[in-house]
Amino acid sequence: MINKTSALTRLGAAITAAALVAPMVTFVASGSAGATSLQAPASFPRNETLYTSGTAYSPPTNFNPLDGGSRYTGTIGLLYEPLFLYNPITNKYIPWLATNGTWSGSTYTLHVRNGVKWSNGAPLTGADVAFTIGLAKTNPAVPYSSLAPYIKSVSANGNTVTVNFTSPPPYTDWQDFLWQNAVLPKVVFSKLSASEQVTSANYARGKSPVATGPMLLVSTSQSQACYEDNANWWGIKQLGLKFHFKYLCDIVNGSNSVELSALLSNTIDWSNNFLPGINTLMTTGGDSSFLTTYYPKSPYMLSANTVWLEMNTTKAPFNNVNFRKAVAYGINTQSIVTGVYDGIVKAANPVGLLPNLDSYVNRGVVNKYGFHYDPSLAKKYLAKSGYKGQALTIEVPNGWTDWMAAQDIIAQDLNSIGVKVNAITPSANAKTQHMINGSYDMMLDNNAQADATPWSYFDRVYQLPIQKNDGAQLNVERFSDPATWALVQKAATTPTTDKAALNSIYSKIETSFLQRLPEVPLWYNGAWFQGNTTYWKNYPSSTSSSDQYTPVMWGNWLGAMTTVYALANLRPAK
Amino acid sequence: MTRYFARKLGLYVLAFWAGVTIDWAIPRLMPGNPIAAYVDRFALNSQGPWTALYKLFDKAFGYNLPLWDQYWHYWDNLFHGNLGISLYAFPEKVTTMIAQAAPYTLALLVPAILLSYVLGNRIGAMAARRKVLDNTVLPLGYLFQAMPYAWLALAAAFYLAAVEHWFPVEGGYAAGLASGFTWAYISSLLYHWFLPFLTVFLVSFGGWSIGMRNLVIYELETDYARYLRALGARGRLVRRYAYRNAVLPQLSGLALQLGTVIGGNIVTEVVFNYPGLGHLIYTAATDQDYALLQGIFIFIIVGVLVANFVIDIVYIWVDPRTRLSMQGAAA
Repeated sequence: MINKTSALTRLGAAITAAALVAPMVTFVASGSAGATSLQAPASFPRNETLYTSGTAYSPPTNFNPLDGGSRYTGTIGLLYEPLFLYNPITNKYIPWLATNGTWSGSTYTLHVRNGVKWSNGAPLTGADVAFTIGLAKTNPAVPYSSLAPYIKSVSANGNTVTVNFTSPPPYTDWQDFLWQNAVLPKVVFSKLSASEQVTSANYARGKSPVATGPMLLVSTSQSQACYEDNANWWGIKQLGLKFHFKYLCDIVNGSNSVELSALLSNTIDWSNNFLPGINTLMTTGGDSSFLTTYYPKSPYMLSANTVWLEMNTTKAPFNNVNFRKAVAYGINTQSIVTGVYDGIVKAANPVGLLPNLDSYVNRGVVNKYGFHYDPSLAKKYLAKSGYKGQALTIEVPNGWTDWMAAQDIIAQDLNSIGVKVNAITPSANAKTQHMINGSYDMMLDNNAQADATPWSYFDRVYQLPIQKNDGAQLNVERFSDPATWALVQKAATTPTTDKAALNSIYSKIETSFLQRLPEVPLWYNGAWFQGNTTYWKNYPSSTSSSDQYTPVMWGNWLGAMTTVYALANLRPAK
Repeated sequence: MTRYFARKLGLYVLAFWAGVTIDWAIPRLMPGNPIAAYVDRFALNSQGPWTALYKLFDKAFGYNLPLWDQYWHYWDNLFHGNLGISLYAFPEKVTTMIAQAAPYTLALLVPAILLSYVLGNRIGAMAARRKVLDNTVLPLGYLFQAMPYAWLALAAAFYLAAVEHWFPVEGGYAAGLASGFTWAYISSLLYHWFLPFLTVFLVSFGGWSIGMRNLVIYELETDYARYLRALGARGRLVRRYAYRNAVLPQLSGLALQLGTVIGGNIVTEVVFNYPGLGHLIYTAATDQDYALLQGIFIFIIVGVLVANFVIDIVYIWVDPRTRLSMQGAAA
């Protein structure tokens, strides 16, 4: 007979032993299967490393500048670089891989900077730039392929690149291309098929991609990518820009609470997370003197994009301008700014253009036609709108807690003027789908991103024809206004230097916008930034005369605006 | 015996087919379109490239095919060990991602479950007959088990990590360390492992000990225990028999827990930003990463089936009734 008691005891002992051994075995396994080391040091010295976070939502698996969906933070900006940068604080362009570019009729001539080298040692030439521009014509999947119909020819002669456009040239679209897209190495990308050019990871473990930028990729793991200073970067000699950290590690985002804790425990130096209540932490004093933001006071953050209320204008009651006005006058945006955000965002001006585009906003037009919070006026418009009391929905993605709180306030405000509104929260993907196929009543949305001109903003409002499957989210509210759309197209083909002509066009567009309200701009989302001064100091600040740069590592900011200057200004705290 | 296993095996194959089919279907029933959401991340300013990219990725992931084709390809790839490519971390292979995350989850949960099982059963059984323990350890067990786990984990992360700085706040190891057989790396792993481990251990310890206490009390009141005592058997012997009978349901519970271990503990891993499979499931679900979600669930399905199979065998070993019934069936 088997002694079962001892069998059980043995089982227990075996389990206990397994429990104690398991962590060692599996950790050793994770050592070999987990992170990939290139020529990285065993550990990055804390006082030589800048830790950034808040921009990456998936592990570093992709460093292809053309894959806007998965490319990791730093792909553009630290590795790849554009021809120009845009400074949203001064509203000026900075020559980057190009030293200048000029229009002559419908021909644009670019001079590519001398002395720039790819990380494989080969010089950057006009051929690389011409190849990059030429992709617009050969590969419809590159983000700037909308330029294709306007480009007649591209040619390079040494470091001079000549682009011939149809007449009139797409001035604005081209200007946007110059700072929003990176120059690609012809030697790498010309060997790929059109689909590979977009879908390739452009990364073999152990090798930094062939690029021109200030840093090289040294290691990736599931949770971070680390870069090392590129000693041969052209900016050191030519612009006197030098990073005072040796390494930069960008950490994949965790939850808001994880990121806040990491910032407070000095694990992260530079955070681009939205951390609700950060201003309370900063102003209550105590032990938070090591935190810094761009503005020392409200709104603390630079403005990054416009949150607007989209109404589906293809159906009643949203197709009635009086109803849209009733909504605009009925929402107390200030109570969202203070109640939900505690003042870390700014209320939008009625036109909705970001503060960097103030010079395009016609104050007279805004004063005459702009809306403001006025519930009694809202009720008057509502009475004229033909609204029959039907129940409507407003939606934001589930989990976007600030927007969820904001839309509750909006629903409350609208209910109190007599519009029946239910706030719903589908998943982010479901909400995107509703936006694309137009199956929604009202939603909050911020798809118009920071730009150097008002054009892309109004393009998003007015573009025609209305797409059935509106993937690029242009004219999501499905508003048909051919006259204003013609003005937007005219703005696109007006030289970007002809400010007087542009302002006259934009004044007309703004007038129409405020009179017919295809969108209701509410507030500006912030370019969230929190710096920790324990290891690094000289973060960008509105109070410094020499350091007003964009403290933002987001994909469309790092390699396009002035973040590289901000990084070069950082100094060790000790 | 052979018939017993043949029948079991048949059931397992059927369960595997059903599990894998549901695994394939469920992500596709979620609202939203993953490819549209992916191309949305490009933040494009015009429709032309959007359409081109959408077609490109739709084709690359095979979502342009009819559903039956997709289902067929899925089985075909599965038998070739190909779990597909992740959308969320494009273009990483799902198998690579699972291989990177699995060690963290196993190292976290296997010790926590096994240690809590052994200690929980022991202490629960002791508490059934010792007033002191019953009045001290058990209420604690109830407390830990009844407490919402997410709250316990957040409280631990906040007080022990963010406020007191005794433990790291997040991650599998310190940022800035390269993996390798260095003391710095291994100690950092253990340091980051301890707090999530502790919270999982405490909660499951509470569960096991309460269950065991109640089971032992029940067994001590059964007829065979009374009969044994009436025969004059020593308390120790009676308790041993009671324990052996009480441990059977616990063992089934253990098998289930170990089977699902590969799925990770989503809440723990999200709260501590621990890079295991639970964390991957969470991100795969929110990003509608079909391939990644399916890949992890296949491991869970296989894990549960294998654990059940093992427990079937262990039952023969520890439960004479099973063994005898099988011999009866064979005879």
